[in-house]
Amino acid sequence: MVKKITERFYVGLILFFLYAPIIILIVLSFNSSKSRARWGGFTLHWYKELFKNESIMNALYTTLIIAFLSALLATIIGTAAAIAINGMKKTPRTIMVAITNIPMLNADIVTGISLMLLFIAMRFTLGFSSVLISHITFNIPYVILSVMPKLRQLNAHTYEAALDLGASPIYAFFKVILPDIFPGVLTGFFLGFTMSLDDFVITYFTKGPEINTISTKIYSEVRKGIKPEIYALSTLMFISVLLLLIIINRKNADKQTVKKK
Amino acid sequence: MTDNKLINLLNITKSYGENVVLDELNLYIRENEFLTLLGPSGCGKTTTLRIIGGFESPDKGQVIFEGKDITNTAPNERQLNTVFQKYALFNHMTIAENIAFGLKIKKKTKAYINDKIKYALKLVNLDGFENRMPDSLSGGQQQRIAIARAIVNEPKVLLLDEPLGALDLKLRQDMQYELIRLKNELGITFIYVTHDQEEALTMSDTIVVMNQGYIQQIGSPEDIYNEPQNAFVADFIGESNILPSIMVEDKLVNILGTNFICVDTGFGQNKPVDVVIRPEDIDLVKPEEGIIKGVVTSLLFKGVHYEMEVNACGHDWLVHSTDLVPVGNEVGIWVDPFDIQIMNKPESEDEEAAELEI
Repeated sequence: MVKKITERFYVGLILFFLYAPIIILIVLSFNSSKSRARWGGFTLHWYKELFKNESIMNALYTTLIIAFLSALLATIIGTAAAIAINGMKKTPRTIMVAITNIPMLNADIVTGISLMLLFIAMRFTLGFSSVLISHITFNIPYVILSVMPKLRQLNAHTYEAALDLGASPIYAFFKVILPDIFPGVLTGFFLGFTMSLDDFVITYFTKGPEINTISTKIYSEVRKGIKPEIYALSTLMFISVLLLLIIINRKNADKQTVKKK
Repeated sequence: MTDNKLINLLNITKSYGENVVLDELNLYIRENEFLTLLGPSGCGKTTTLRIIGGFESPDKGQVIFEGKDITNTAPNERQLNTVFQKYALFNHMTIAENIAFGLKIKKKTKAYINDKIKYALKLVNLDGFENRMPDSLSGGQQQRIAIARAIVNEPKVLLLDEPLGALDLKLRQDMQYELIRLKNELGITFIYVTHDQEEALTMSDTIVVMNQGYIQQIGSPEDIYNEPQNAFVADFIGESNILPSIMVEDKLVNILGTNFICVDTGFGQNKPVDVVIRPEDIDLVKPEEGIIKGVVTSLLFKGVHYEMEVNACGHDWLVHSTDLVPVGNEVGIWVDPFDIQIMNKPESEDEEAAELEI
């Protein structure tokens, strides 16, 4: 009995430390007082302000577009790359996998600065496209990482079987290979999407003066003094991610119960 | 089976790096033949099949199909279908979709496809499985679907790559009958790859025994079993006593110091040869009635027969007999002249492989 109480207390403590900052943020986003120390009553004022604030809304729009496009393009490039790597002989494959893993472990600041230098050296104007290209670049390894294991599980003969039955290589890929590796491709896409949403450092170095994503926008706002709209924005972002997670987990759970039957 | 050569392999050579898998292989397959490529793993049998299927291209040589050179034709443009070792069914599709795969590519009508699915499922005794998923089927059922999926395309040739390898013994035997029945009903050519000599002997019209990239012998199952051309074939097909001997003259061979009468001629005089005697061809008789005498050293009950080892003339003779002789007893060994198979002795292993032309 005592053991059970201690166990629960311990888990409670962990969850408290994990989520206390976010709870404070959420509470403050509904606080009508501008002060962080005093509760001035419940209000949705900051949310209204947020949606009226054009520069934040623009940043949000840019963030979502970049996240979606970079994840999509990285998924296409990364899946193709994974298939090629999987088809290699053992030694080149190990080397290629190692090379594609390095960018994930590399410090963001190094990646950010080197990309910036590359764009400047190539006389490429910093702006929307430079951010998009950077995001595609750092997303590709995550896609390869999530698609590779699915390819390794694949029965090598299913592709050949499709060819044998008269399918062209492209038809065989879309009809036979893609459905089998699709969970990995989807994971790669979502990983890329969240990595892109999340990124500050690389975006900061490659964005140029014209555009902002949410994270760079918040950073510049904070320098001017933090406004409660930011709390509201952060709350909304947290809730969207939470919903996304619940949906994905639900879907996986459903699939597992179907399989058990 | 007709004498019409449907597929002709000419001087096929294939190597992976240093490793020569096939060396100047020549082989033809007749229309409506059940041909089996038989050999131990690494003998080149699967590579040969994959070259016919178009999944590998030979370094040298040609694949002729109905008189046309198809060496560089893509697999999807060849008029043959393959049944793969691990079934390779499309797991996200129903059984009906799996079977319809090739027909949809050929743009057949819906009615035609549905008819074909019904017909194919009936043929492999799996009526009513249209809407099942592949994972819900047993190994044997999946294998039969793989066959159904291949034959609905009405190929001229069906290639089978160790299709029964993953099944248990009982199922494997049932499937052997199934395959023979299918072959007779469809009237098409089967090229079958296996390392299981029993499978090969049961089903084939022609067996091609391969080892280390070379063809060792081509012949009917009876030929291969009764008249192996060399020690490898004799040893690989069934159990046998292979005895280094000397051909004294025509119809007389000296085995381990004793002269035996045989039926073979034309080997010359005092020529070293290999002699093959199948264990079931050795008769155990009373010591004084045998050609040579020996002592039973071991005895195993094998179900249909007893397996005994008899030590005679310094050699352990493997004997299969339905009559039991206890260990330690002295027996006589008798072999009928026509049960002694004489083979040329290869001077080296390379020669063993190379000298055997078709």
